[in-house]
Parts: sequence; C-alpha cells; structure tokens
Amino acid sequence: MGLELYLDLLSQPCRAIYIFAKKNGIPFEMRTVELLKGQHLSDAFAQVNPLKMVPALKDGDFTLTESVAILLYLTRKYQVPDHWYPQDLQARARVDEYLAWQHVTLRRNCLRALWHKVMFPVFLGEPVSPEVQAATLAELDVTLQILEDKFLQNKAFLAGPHISLADLVAITELMHPVGAGCQIFEGRPKLAAWRQRVEAAVGAVLFQEAHEVILKAKDTVSLADPSVKQKLMPRVLAMIR
Amino acid sequence: MGLELYLDLLSQPSRAVYIFAKKNGIPFQLRALDLLKGHHLNPEFLPANSLQRVPVLKDGDFLLTESVAILIYLSIKYQTADHWYPSDLQARMRIHEYLGWHGDCIRSTFGVSLWAQVLAPLIGIQVPEEKLKRNRAAMDRALQCLEDKFLGDKAFLTGQQVTLADIMALEELMQAVAIGCDLFEGRPRLAAWRQRVEAFLGADLCRETHSVIWSIRELAANKKLPDPPPEMRSRMLLRIARIP
Repeated sequence: MGLELYLDLLSQPCRAIYIFAKKNGIPFEMRTVELLKGQHLSDAFAQVNPLKMVPALKDGDFTLTESVAILLYLTRKYQVPDHWYPQDLQARARVDEYLAWQHVTLRRNCLRALWHKVMFPVFLGEPVSPEVQAATLAELDVTLQILEDKFLQNKAFLAGPHISLADLVAITELMHPVGAGCQIFEGRPKLAAWRQRVEAAVGAVLFQEAHEVILKAKDTVSLADPSVKQKLMPRVLAMIR
Repeated sequence: MGLELYLDLLSQPSRAVYIFAKKNGIPFQLRALDLLKGHHLNPEFLPANSLQRVPVLKDGDFLLTESVAILIYLSIKYQTADHWYPSDLQARMRIHEYLGWHGDCIRSTFGVSLWAQVLAPLIGIQVPEEKLKRNRAAMDRALQCLEDKFLGDKAFLTGQQVTLADIMALEELMQAVAIGCDLFEGRPRLAAWRQRVEAFLGADLCRETHSVIWSIRELAANKKLPDPPPEMRSRMLLRIARIP
C-alpha cells in the first residue's frame, strides 16, 4: 500500500497538506474522514490515530499525525523544491519560527472565529453572544497585525522571497474566518497582496478546489444525524471557552 | 559578538533552550530578563523588532524567536549529538509529531496553576475555582495522552533516547510541579520517565535551571515579588482572561 492521507478539507491543516501534496505531484490515496459525521471518532479511525484527530498519514507501516510533522515528512521523503523548507540554516529557521508561533495564536483565533460565527449556532441552536464574538474577532485582529508586521513585513512571503510551508499553513488558517464571512483582508493591503501571491504560486484551480468546502460552510453546514451531535458535543463545548 | 540568548528561567520555553545549550556545551552570552518587571516590553532589554517574548536568540545579525525553532537551529548549527534531533526521517518526524501536539494541546495547560497561585494575585485577581477545576481535568487528560500515546513503553517520549521533545515536555510539566501539583502521583511510568530525563541532564544542571521556578511560591508568600509595572497589567489581564 502506498501513501494514504486521512483528511477532511473542512479542517485547515488538512487543506495545507492536500494542497502541498497535489502541488508537488506526490501520489496519495485520499481517505476522507468526515468530521461532521463523527467519522474521526470511529474505532476504525482510532486504529490510525488514537487521538482521533485529522490529518493523519499512513505510509506502509509508518503512521504519523500532526500537520506540521506530516508536511515536513512529505517535504523530505519526496524531495520537493528547496523553497518549501530550505536547506539553508537561517532560512529554514524562519519557517520553523512561523510554524511554532502559529499554534496558540493564528490557529486558535481562526478556529474560534469560524466556530463562533458558523459552527456553534448549528450545534447549540442559537447564536453566540455578540460580546463573545466581538472579543474573538478583536483577538484575531491583533494576531493578524503581528502576522503582517512581524512575519510578512515587506517580504513577498512570510519567511522570505519564496513560498514556503509557512505560507501554506497560514493561508489555509486564514480561509477559516474568510469562510465564516469575516473581511479579514479589508484595510490590510499588504496581507491581501500576499494572499494573491500565495494563490498564484499554488495555482488558482487547486486553491479553489481545496477551499470549496470551507467557502460554502456558512450556508451548508448542518448536522443531519442527532446522535452524531451528541457524540461531538463534549469537544464542541470545550472549544467555546 | 557571539551567540546571545535572551531568557527568563521562569518561562518554560526559556528553560528548555537554556538546559539544551548548557547540556551541549554551546557557548552563549546569557541575557537574563525579568518578565515580571516587564523587561520584555522594554527595548533596552530586548533586541529591536522582536515579538516582545522570550526566548530570543541573537546570532550576529540573525534574530530568532520561538523555542522550537531555536532548539532546532542550535542542534543543527552546533551539530549536537544525533539523538536530540535525529537525522533519520521517521525518528525526526516523531519529534515533530510530539511538538505539534504539544503546541496545540498542552502549551497553555500546565502554566495555569502558576497564574492562579502566584501571578494573578500580584495584580489582585483571583482565577475562579470553576476554571481551575477545568484546568485540572485538562492536565489529567494531557498527562494520560502523554503517557499512553507518546511515552508508551519506551524510555523517552519518541524513542529510546532523549530528544528535544523530552525537554520541552519536562519543562512544561515543571511549571505545575514547582507550584505543588503532583502530576506524577498514580503515574509510575511518567514518574520514571522524569527520573530518566533528569538523570540524563544531570542533577546540577536541573537544579540550576529550575531554581527560579522552584522558589517562586516562597517569594510570593513572603511578598518578595516585584509589583508588575502598569504596562504589564493589561497583558496579564488578557492572559488570565484566556484561561478556559
């Protein structure tokens, strides 16, 4: 069995891996794990990842979870162009720096923006209070400012003159609030121009394909099966705080 | 100017960087900062254009933040022993797998006790018991996962030798242990892992690295901690508000 990737394109790190693998012509079997159907909680998937989270990679007997690890694994195993994760020590450190920074900052805020605006109303049957939403968006705003001022600065891409894993991880995060209807690029011409560059480097068709689900989420997310809702609820409630 | 490291040993990522550099005999100039005095907000103490966070590495003109990035940079630049960050692809990815989980799932969990018992009271705030209860449950879940999913029956978190993952994890846990949380009670495997990591690092180096965090509770009890400057207050309030 060749390379298998367990993904749901509703999830932002899954999109980064999907785009990366497709863009670099890495052959893989797509194993879709539909989060909103609770498929990640199944016993079958627990065999792949006991933590019951996507993305996950299987390459023969080797199983790997966590998006950054998966991206780095693909980078080295398939010898993709150097710019994704440069050999040069300092250039690489810039990519590592971004990848380490994003966890509790951009990742957290983009996820919360989508959940507070789109997902919680579906799960809880009522909108999240305007105060909570405002606080979430204010925190996102602060993070975007750091992304623009400290990381992007006046460079073409986040970690240097060429696209890297950092850009891919960042843009797929940002498409979460975009999918929730937030105008995050408004009043941020530098960040907007960067987004255009990333899309162009990835290719418009692939970018669109990877983001089709999230860009429709606002109008299409629903939970057909109430038992799934019960199963997902503990994780959902943990996320609202 | 050689390598400079801007650290406050009160912070767990700073300690991971410190312990790694010391253990590997990497020569560096320590730039000790006091976060409680707001040194990281003062341009006099930190290099220009940093993120106002520690740790920061300065190597000539090259500035780098984020402990994980710094540890990887040091391990490559100073060609530290292979076990820390193995060149073998699958072994190295096990470390990144751990660090990814660490970043998303435990990074903000084990520091909460310090905030509740020492830092929040400095500005007259009490963290609600409900949040602390939730935090204890979160620590429990994280420890279970650390023991079952990562440590398993191995000697260290990602294999039979100590790696960057082990020191990141150890320093994170110490943040709660030093405040009196008994994280290892009823977890003999995890307790044995801690012994192994500390034995590898050496008792002297561990004592030196942990002296600040071990003494913080006593300093607080004796009212010997500085009053945080006003510019720290808003940052501290924000951090406290983010405790889930």
